[in-house]
Amino acid sequence: MSANDSDRRAAWREEFPIREGDERYVTRRQFAGFLVLTSLAMFVGNVWILAKSWLGKAPRFVGMTIPGAADLPVGGSTVFDYPESGEPCLLIRRSQDEFVAFSQKCTHLSCAVTYSKEKDRIECPCHVGYFSPRDGRVLQGPPPRPLPRVILEQRGDELVAVGMTTGSES
Amino acid sequence: MPHDRRLPALNGALGLIVLILVVQMWLLTASLESYLAGHHGAALTGAVISALLFSACGGLYLFVGRIDRKSRPAAR
Repeated sequence: MSANDSDRRAAWREEFPIREGDERYVTRRQFAGFLVLTSLAMFVGNVWILAKSWLGKAPRFVGMTIPGAADLPVGGSTVFDYPESGEPCLLIRRSQDEFVAFSQKCTHLSCAVTYSKEKDRIECPCHVGYFSPRDGRVLQGPPPRPLPRVILEQRGDELVAVGMTTGSES
Repeated sequence: MPHDRRLPALNGALGLIVLILVVQMWLLTASLESYLAGHHGAALTGAVISALLFSACGGLYLFVGRIDRKSRPAAR
């Protein structure tokens, strides 16, 4: 900045004197206004949840044969999409006649869970959350809800997924 | 309101607004958690309580504004 510029700035300050500190000063009223706007945002969030729960369509479940279920060894697991593609579910064969299936999305942050045959539990590798393979309930870790369970029906040789329960209904 | 009681009243009102905000944040988290768990009935209760808390915040804001105006010199 040259001396000329500095003089010009000084002249400007003389003509329009302002206090720079006052410009950055936030009054209590402004602060309260900001807090009230945040409160409004919280309220809008609650209204959004209400609208989603009133207007959201209940998922429609149609029977779907799970491919490869009969070939699954005892203690084995496989992944299939249900009720639509992009919704991965985990099928576990616990004994010759017992199959269980759960959503593969962890109820914590939607990481993909896997079945550990050795420890007989469903594990989320992201934050060490464990679920019971019997009913999907949380055994350990941060997941807040059980895994949503897929309702299965044995129709002859075929294993058919016919519906899902939410995490809390499992 | 006497001048010497305005400042505690202002601070008290601001403290109450902050407290209400914390409760609202908890309420929003709990409502979302409940919705994701499939309990859709809790959403209405959450929204109604949140509306009441927001109204209380608005009321406190008006109170803060009124006291703030009174305590300022007329020139400012």
